[in-house]
Amino acid sequence: MKSDRLKPALLLGPLVLFLGFAYLVPFLGVMQWSVTLPEPGFGQYGKAVTDPLIQSVFFRTFRICLIVTICAVAAAYAIAYVWVRGTPAQRLVTELCILIPFWISVLTRAFGWVALLSNRGLINTWLQATGIISEPLTMVRNEFGVVLGMMHFLIPFAVFPIASAMRSLDERVFLAARGMGASRLRIFWSIFVPMTMPGILGAGLMVFVFALGFFITPAILGGGRSVMIAELIYLRLFQSPDWGLGAAISVILMLIVGALLILMLRLVRPNKMLG
Amino acid sequence: MRPTPIAIFFAFVVALFLLLPLIAVVPVSFTPARFLSMPTNVWSLRHYQALLDNPAWLQSIWLSLRIGILSSVIATLLALMFSLGIWMFRPWFGSLLFGFVLLPMVAPPVVSAITLYFFLTTLSKVNDIVAYDTWVGVAVAHAVMIAPFAVVMITVALAQVDRRIDLAARGFGASVSQRVFKVILPNIKFGIFTAFFLSFVLSWEEIGVTLFITSVDAVTLPRMMWMGLRDNIDPAIAAISVILIVIVIAVILAKTAFTHKFSRKT
Repeated sequence: MKSDRLKPALLLGPLVLFLGFAYLVPFLGVMQWSVTLPEPGFGQYGKAVTDPLIQSVFFRTFRICLIVTICAVAAAYAIAYVWVRGTPAQRLVTELCILIPFWISVLTRAFGWVALLSNRGLINTWLQATGIISEPLTMVRNEFGVVLGMMHFLIPFAVFPIASAMRSLDERVFLAARGMGASRLRIFWSIFVPMTMPGILGAGLMVFVFALGFFITPAILGGGRSVMIAELIYLRLFQSPDWGLGAAISVILMLIVGALLILMLRLVRPNKMLG
Repeated sequence: MRPTPIAIFFAFVVALFLLLPLIAVVPVSFTPARFLSMPTNVWSLRHYQALLDNPAWLQSIWLSLRIGILSSVIATLLALMFSLGIWMFRPWFGSLLFGFVLLPMVAPPVVSAITLYFFLTTLSKVNDIVAYDTWVGVAVAHAVMIAPFAVVMITVALAQVDRRIDLAARGFGASVSQRVFKVILPNIKFGIFTAFFLSFVLSWEEIGVTLFITSVDAVTLPRMMWMGLRDNIDPAIAAISVILIVIVIAVILAKTAFTHKFSRKT
């Protein structure tokens, strides 16, 4: 009987111990930083909640993430619809358009937006060459660039849960609606969209959670002007060393994300999300 | 119910949005200028040449390869053992453990980054192999980040294995190791390969955590690109981006062609 207990432990143990040692314990260490640096107590949490600068960063992060989530989910819905319901050729083309950006690194994609939007980039060069504008439009190093770059990163992630919700629908429902004389538009808005709502909510929450902890794209496309919460943590650690505050903000971010994840698990069954 | 022309139009706009920034990189990489700009009359290969001439680029590629292989070997092995343990023994605390090992995947990257920064700087006090700003340290940190993805991929592969084969082997008196090596592993080898491949790609591209745990010695390719993107944008970034985009497109097209051929045969 003893070996029956030992074998699961031998298989399960290594990864659990590895992550316990390299992730859980260090996270507890970060929590300890947040209440001991520079002096013991919850002062850093008080500062993180009351400091107007940090408040404004939190506020900006929520605002940008909300805009990005709504736009990314709408865009993902549009492309997922053709990916799921199109002709085989349409499906193949949309699939490539989703997968290619998905596999390309976040740095290359952020750089792509710089190449597209910067003062000497593709759009400005073209607009100036055709004489539509004389001065280049400022499209990067501001919130506009951050929103576009984040949307671009998150759309493929939003496509997968939405597409799996669309695939699971029963075709006969639409035939029935048709038979009873509903127009295509009516079928789409009154049946198709409500029936895919779990996928939409799941995708929305997932995108929002991803966006909250986002760091690379805002740092490159925001150019230090529209700092978001993740970049603030980086700055508190490496530029104006204030480890306690950086750690406290990290713990707060982790709590917010944890709450959202629990909400997500309540709303959508996780096995449906994986498709 | 096929999509209407309006639906196709919207999907087309989104597809264009997804591809446009990747296309914009191409002309920029051929600019003759030292700064980011579009080539006007002269197209130049100088930024591709710069990648070969500057040893820092090749060093960073070599470093990223080593880190990618070591971290994906660690992550795939540990994830394989873990997923097998869950699948074969179905312990009652399985879903709790499963949730725990997915933690680095669901936590915000920046929280994982500060956590691994704490981990490696603490280890630096007692050794200098698995430490801050060393290649093994980065590989271990990457293994933490990618192990959950490997667990998901292998668990998905295991979910497709017919449990009755394993039960039959067990009925005929196969030991645990015989069941693993002769029955289960041959059935999920494609899933293991996919997990390894995904792990490698995730490590190869990782930047969020790498930024926190390296400074001057362990400069991976993404870290190198990050440095060229922050200050004055170096068009060499465009050249390396074009190369990376071409590789990704080639792999995806090859995979798509392969699956289509395969699905037509069967």
